[in-house]
Amino acid sequence: MENKYIRNVSTLKLEDEKCIGCGMCAAVCPHQLLFMQDGKSAVRDKDMCMECGACAKNCPTSAISVECGVGCAVAVLNGLFRKSSPECESGSIFKKRKGCC
Amino acid sequence: MTGMMKVRLGIGRDDYKVPPGLYAVGKPDNNSPVLVTANYKLSLDSLRCELSGLQAWIAVLDTRGINVWCAAGKGTFGTAELASRINALRLRRLVNHNVLILPQLGAPGIAAHEVLKLCGFKVIYGPVRACDIKEFLNNGMKASPEMRKVSFVLKERAVLVPIELVHNIKPMLLIYSVLLVLNLASGKHQSFSIAAGMAFLNFIPYLSAFLIGCAAVPLLLPWIPFRSFALKGLLLGLMPAAFVLLYPETFGCSDDSWLFKASYLFTVPAAASFLSLNFTGSTTYTSLSGVKKEMKYALKPYIAAGALGLILIAADSITRLLF
Repeated sequence: MENKYIRNVSTLKLEDEKCIGCGMCAAVCPHQLLFMQDGKSAVRDKDMCMECGACAKNCPTSAISVECGVGCAVAVLNGLFRKSSPECESGSIFKKRKGCC
Repeated sequence: MTGMMKVRLGIGRDDYKVPPGLYAVGKPDNNSPVLVTANYKLSLDSLRCELSGLQAWIAVLDTRGINVWCAAGKGTFGTAELASRINALRLRRLVNHNVLILPQLGAPGIAAHEVLKLCGFKVIYGPVRACDIKEFLNNGMKASPEMRKVSFVLKERAVLVPIELVHNIKPMLLIYSVLLVLNLASGKHQSFSIAAGMAFLNFIPYLSAFLIGCAAVPLLLPWIPFRSFALKGLLLGLMPAAFVLLYPETFGCSDDSWLFKASYLFTVPAAASFLSLNFTGSTTYTSLSGVKKEMKYALKPYIAAGALGLILIAADSITRLLF
């Protein structure tokens, strides 16, 4: 059975006109929701996006944008309490979780 | 094997660094492929193992002993580190091609087009899992869609359970200590061991919440209703709370202590839910936006449930002292 996370939250955006069809985003997407269609990049199931940022980082024309970060509750809590971006560095209020990073 | 067990249990897990630099598999020459990985011992060992029988170079980046995916997220497995490492290793003199094979999960930290500009090497993303690397190389560096997908199957979730248990054991010991103190202070029990035993019965629902968040939710993940981890944990956490109300004697609750019994209804589901939500950090598919949304809805109920539980327990103790 496939694991699926919360619907309609992904910040992934693809600007069609900027896409040059290099296929890098489709290669790096760990859930394979980006794919090539008629020489351009397309999105299959946006709810599968985990916002890792690999596609945006490897897009040579910045046609893709996503607010990337770790989907980690402890990181989100750290961000809330320090009023900074979510992170799970050591020395934060909630101790670095050893299960993840 | 012991090393692996230690890593999984989180013993000295911060010391699994290997020196960054260039490693050889077999007897590589100037035509051999160059693969890149992190200086986390497990990452390098599995890559080396999968490459056995081949001739290849492995360039190990300094990711401070953190695995490829997490290091890519933090940026230590990144464009700058890769380009400067490749330049420092003088790889251009060593091989007569300009191709670097990177693990696909390193992509969140690496901009392939910038690497080409900075050090003249072309980045090709290999498969997600090291076990597919031989097939990838034999297919002329082509990855199948299956090789490109991360998974999170039962076995992958099961290996995470020990570390989840170890990591959350301290708050559990604290809860038991509080229950022990309450039992000792009540003056009902004739000896320390009876009080300790009664405290353990009181503790069983919390132990259940702990096992739900750290083992049941990770293992049964796709089969538990709801997409939200907080709701998955809440659903399972209601069960031990219901058992306390149905069979209070089993959990060391006397009939007159209804305030104490009621406290479980708030604390146990909240604890199970919170521990389950924490597991998001160990999965391969949860997004930051999703976890933020969960936290937005769940944080206040958690605080309220915890506070209410403590008030009920305190009220129970006070009524006992007074009457």
